Amino acid sequence: MADAPALPASRVLPRVNVRAVVMVAYLLFLLLPIYWLVNMSLKTNAEILGSFSLWPRDLTFRNYATILTDPSWYMGYVNSMIYVVMNTAISITVALPAAYAFSRYTFLGDKHLFFWLLTNRMAPPAVFALPFFQLYSSVGLFDTHIAVALAHCLFNVPLAVWILEGFMRGVPREIDETAYIDGYSFPRFFVKIFMPLIASGIGVAAFFCFMFSWVELLLSRTLTSVDAKPIAATMTRTVSASGLDWGVLAAAGVLTIVPGALVIYFVRNYIAKGFALGRV
Amino acid sequence: MEKTVNHKAWFLVLPVLVLVAFSAVIPLMTVVNYSVQDTFGQNQFFWAGLEWFRETLESERMWDALGRQLVFSGIILAIEVPLGILVALSMPRKGAWASICLVLMALPLLIPWNVVGTIWQIFGREDIGLLGYTLNALGVDYNYTQGFFAAWTTVIVMDVWHWTSLVALLAYAGLQSIPNAYYQAARIDQASRWAVFRHIELPKMQGVLMIAVLLRFMDSFMIYTEPFVVTGGGPGNATTFLSIDLVKMALGQFDLGPAAAFSLMYFLVILLVSYVFYTVMVNMEKREGK
Repeated sequence: MADAPALPASRVLPRVNVRAVVMVAYLLFLLLPIYWLVNMSLKTNAEILGSFSLWPRDLTFRNYATILTDPSWYMGYVNSMIYVVMNTAISITVALPAAYAFSRYTFLGDKHLFFWLLTNRMAPPAVFALPFFQLYSSVGLFDTHIAVALAHCLFNVPLAVWILEGFMRGVPREIDETAYIDGYSFPRFFVKIFMPLIASGIGVAAFFCFMFSWVELLLSRTLTSVDAKPIAATMTRTVSASGLDWGVLAAAGVLTIVPGALVIYFVRNYIAKGFALGRV
Repeated sequence: MEKTVNHKAWFLVLPVLVLVAFSAVIPLMTVVNYSVQDTFGQNQFFWAGLEWFRETLESERMWDALGRQLVFSGIILAIEVPLGILVALSMPRKGAWASICLVLMALPLLIPWNVVGTIWQIFGREDIGLLGYTLNALGVDYNYTQGFFAAWTTVIVMDVWHWTSLVALLAYAGLQSIPNAYYQAARIDQASRWAVFRHIELPKMQGVLMIAVLLRFMDSFMIYTEPFVVTGGGPGNATTFLSIDLVKMALGQFDLGPAAAFSLMYFLVILLVSYVFYTVMVNMEKREGK
């Protein structure tokens, strides 16, 4: 009974385990470019340009040392982390009550509002880059972390509402009603009873907000110059200024992968459901 | 589930409304504003009516970019969706291997987009990149900054590398929700592997696949950073997609009027297609009785 799903494949296809072959090939395809980046980050520039080798002959950690000791480099990571965390907190806070409203009530214009929210997820950042720049400059928020965090709300809030609504739909209404009969006020019910029930949904939504804010560059680069410059933008600048320092560039790239990898590890069991936006 | 009518629910939606209105409506109105005005600099604007729209609609540049964009989105959807399904079907269902596969597959999704570009830029270089070096050593003339075909292949393979996992994870989530009893019934009926896929797995994945296609279409249509880092839109204009062209126009040449008109039409195209997808998706959910 336990291995029932595996059976059809093994019966029709020959002895070779096709599934394993596909999987291994796909993972190799995914990991090879990343391996190459790590490989380069551990070489000296002389070795990168002078010879071609599949692994570092002359192992060096100097590239990493450069980044971790130079404030203009590592502050990039700090800036990115600050606005990503701010954005995640804001998005989840405003999205929770809204998602509850969408999942529990019908109200005037709810369907239109929901679609309108989604359209913001579809808005090309390139369209908004210049207006954002002017808007945040005029209110004096240019080059602050909060400006980037707010700008990223454009696509993260709709997404968070969408995901959370999917999860909340799965919670039976009877729970709400029982709580009201027991004399809970709405805020207390929401925080004490409801939020623990959709904890995994909140986790997934937070993960997605983190992810899309972390990987976005166009807006965060347009809205910052020095004080809140994200690491990804630091990379582009240094490449053009110091005449391609491949080793440091690769090391910086590897370091941008690390936070994402850690986050994935913690939410691995919810990822699949989260990608389905709570709809499975 | 029966929902109750309660117009006070608007109060719960209010914070989202205010926030999104601030970060979406104001900038969008700025764009609308620019699209109907012309300027001689010094912040002097005058009414230009629909001139920019007419100009954009008549410009070959915009149609070329749109054409390239459609070809690009079409190709990557045609590759990523079937490949994603195949990978999802091949993934282990449970146990430690399932976790490892999930984590490794999600990895490309969490890499900042310009780093994705950088990775492929390095990987594809003929002097220091594994891919470029190997291909050239094998006698293939591969140089993504000069060859039209090489540039397109690189950009497409990069997108497949970056986003196929998204489709695969979605399809996987759909597969996980199929009860074991369905497979047992299929076994009793002596259904072939293809029949199991066609009549059990595919219908059950339909909903999540719609989401996958919707997300992939939207995101590929807005793609900017990755191809910009790798090819910079070149060689020539070979990989100049809509967003790249737009940023060139708005921030590079500061042609605000045409850029704004372009923006609005660009946004409208995305909205239109997404609306169709969304309607189909909602109807499908209704039919499933959710």
